[in-house]
Amino acid sequence: MSSRFLELERARLLAVVAVVAAATGACQRETRDFLPPKPGAVVAGAASAAASQAEIANAAAMVGRYEHNAYGTSAGKRLWTWYNCSGCHGAGGGGGSGPALIDDVWIYGGDAGTVYQTIAYGRPNGMPAFGSRIPKDQIWQLAAYVRSMAGLASADAAPNRDDAFLTRTPESFLDPQKPETVKPSAAGGRPQ
Amino acid sequence: MNGIHDALAPAGPQALALFHLWNAMLVVCTVVFALTMAALAIALWRAPRATERASADLDAQPRKEAALRRSVVWGIAGSSVLLLVLLFASFYADRALSALPLADAVHIDLVGHRFWWEAHYEPHDPEQTFATANELHVPVGRPVLIRLRADDVIHSFWVPSLSGKKDLIPGRESTIAVRADRVGTYRGQCAEFCGYQHAQMALVVVAETPERYERWRSLQREPAHAPSDAQQARGRELVEQTSCAMCHAIVGTRAGGRRAPDLTHVAGRGWLGAGAVANTPKLRAEWIANAQKFKPGVDMPPIDVAADDLAAISAYLGSLE
Repeated sequence: MSSRFLELERARLLAVVAVVAAATGACQRETRDFLPPKPGAVVAGAASAAASQAEIANAAAMVGRYEHNAYGTSAGKRLWTWYNCSGCHGAGGGGGSGPALIDDVWIYGGDAGTVYQTIAYGRPNGMPAFGSRIPKDQIWQLAAYVRSMAGLASADAAPNRDDAFLTRTPESFLDPQKPETVKPSAAGGRPQ
Repeated sequence: MNGIHDALAPAGPQALALFHLWNAMLVVCTVVFALTMAALAIALWRAPRATERASADLDAQPRKEAALRRSVVWGIAGSSVLLLVLLFASFYADRALSALPLADAVHIDLVGHRFWWEAHYEPHDPEQTFATANELHVPVGRPVLIRLRADDVIHSFWVPSLSGKKDLIPGRESTIAVRADRVGTYRGQCAEFCGYQHAQMALVVVAETPERYERWRSLQREPAHAPSDAQQARGRELVEQTSCAMCHAIVGTRAGGRRAPDLTHVAGRGWLGAGAVANTPKLRAEWIANAQKFKPGVDMPPIDVAADDLAAISAYLGSLE
C-alpha cells in the first residue's frame, strides 16, 4: 500500500517535471548582437563605384539574418527616420519624390542583395549612395526593414507597432508579396 | 565618480526641504520604533510565567480593564499626533518644492533619449540658444527652469543634491525648477527604467559662480574652433564626410545631424556617452572605434576606420573646447 502510494507520488512528480520542461523548453531568447561582424563601417574612400559579388552575397546573408531578428528590423525602422529615408520615400514608405516601397513593384529588384546595393551605391535616377555615410551593419538593418515594409521579412520579426499614429497595416501583418521587377517605361514617369 | 550623488548632501532649497523631511521622518520613526520595542520588552518581562509544574492559568489572572483601556487610548492618541506631525512635515516640504521664485531664471529644454540627455539653453531666444548634452552648467543662486520632454520612452530626471525626481513622459511636457546654492559638481541619473543602458544614463550638473557660468555660456554659443594642425584638419574632414555627420552636429562645420549629442564643444565635457567613459584622449578614441564595448546597446555604431584616421577624428574632437 505504502510502496504503491510512493510509486504514484513519483509518477506524479515525473509528470510535473515533464510538463514544466515541455513548457519552458521553447523559451529561447532571441539573440541581439551588439557587435556587428566586421567590417562594421565604411569610411570615405573605401566605397568603390560598384559592389563586388562577395560583398553583395555577404550583405544578402546579413540582411536575411536581420529579417528574422526583431531587433534588426526595429533598428532599421528607427534608422529609416533618422537618416530621412522618409523624406523621399514617404513617412510610411508610400512614396513621394522617390518610389513607393510598400507595393510589389521594384525597379531594380527586391531581393536582399539588390536592396543593399541600392542603398549603399545609389541608383541613377536620384537615389544617393549612402555607403560612405552609413555603417554597413546599419545598411543591412535598413534593407531588412525596407523588405519588411513589403511583407518580405519574417512576420515574427517585422515591427508591429509604431510610436506615432500608424497610417497603414503594421509590417508584421502584411501578406508576403511576389516582387516584380519593373523598369521605368521609356515614356517617362514611374511604373504603374 | 562624476560628482556628488547624495540626497543627504543638499545643495539647493528643494533638496534641503527634502533633507529636513527625511530627518523628521527618521527621528519620529526611530522614537516610535524604540518605544514599541521597549513596550514589548516590558510586556514580556511582566507576563505571567508558567511554573515548572503547571501552565499559567490566564483566567485566574485579575484583569485590569481600566489599565487596558488607558493603554489603548494613549497608543491611539500618540500615533495620531505623530502621524499628524509627519503629515504637516510632508505638506510643508511639498510646498517648499514649488515655492522657488523664478525671476531671472535660466531656461533649459531637456530631452531624454535612450540613453542620453539632450539640452537646449534659452530655447525661446534664437540669439542666445545653444545645444549641449549630458552636462548642464548652472549659475549658483539663480533659479533654473527645466522643461522636460522624452523622445522615446519614459525617463526620470533626478539630481538628488538639487531636487526630487520628475518624470519625462513622451508626448507630455513637464517642468521642474531647481536652484543650486553651493558651487560643486552634482551627479544626476535617469530614475525610471528605460532600457538596456538605463544605468548608464547619467547627467552631470556643474554649479559654478555667475562669472564662470557666463564665460561658459558665451563659449558654448560660439561655433566650433577651427582645426589648428594638419591632423585635426584631417579629423574634421573625416567627421564631415563619414557616418559621424549623419547623427552628430558640430556648429560651424558641415556636420549637422540632430540624432545624437551635439559635439560643438565636446572637449569641454568631462564624460562621454552620458557618464559611460571619461573624456580622455585614449578612452575617447576607443569610444569612437567601438562604443558598444563600453555601453552595449547604445545607438552609436562601431566605426571601422584606419588607426591614423581614428587618431585624427579623436584629436579633432579633443580640440573642440
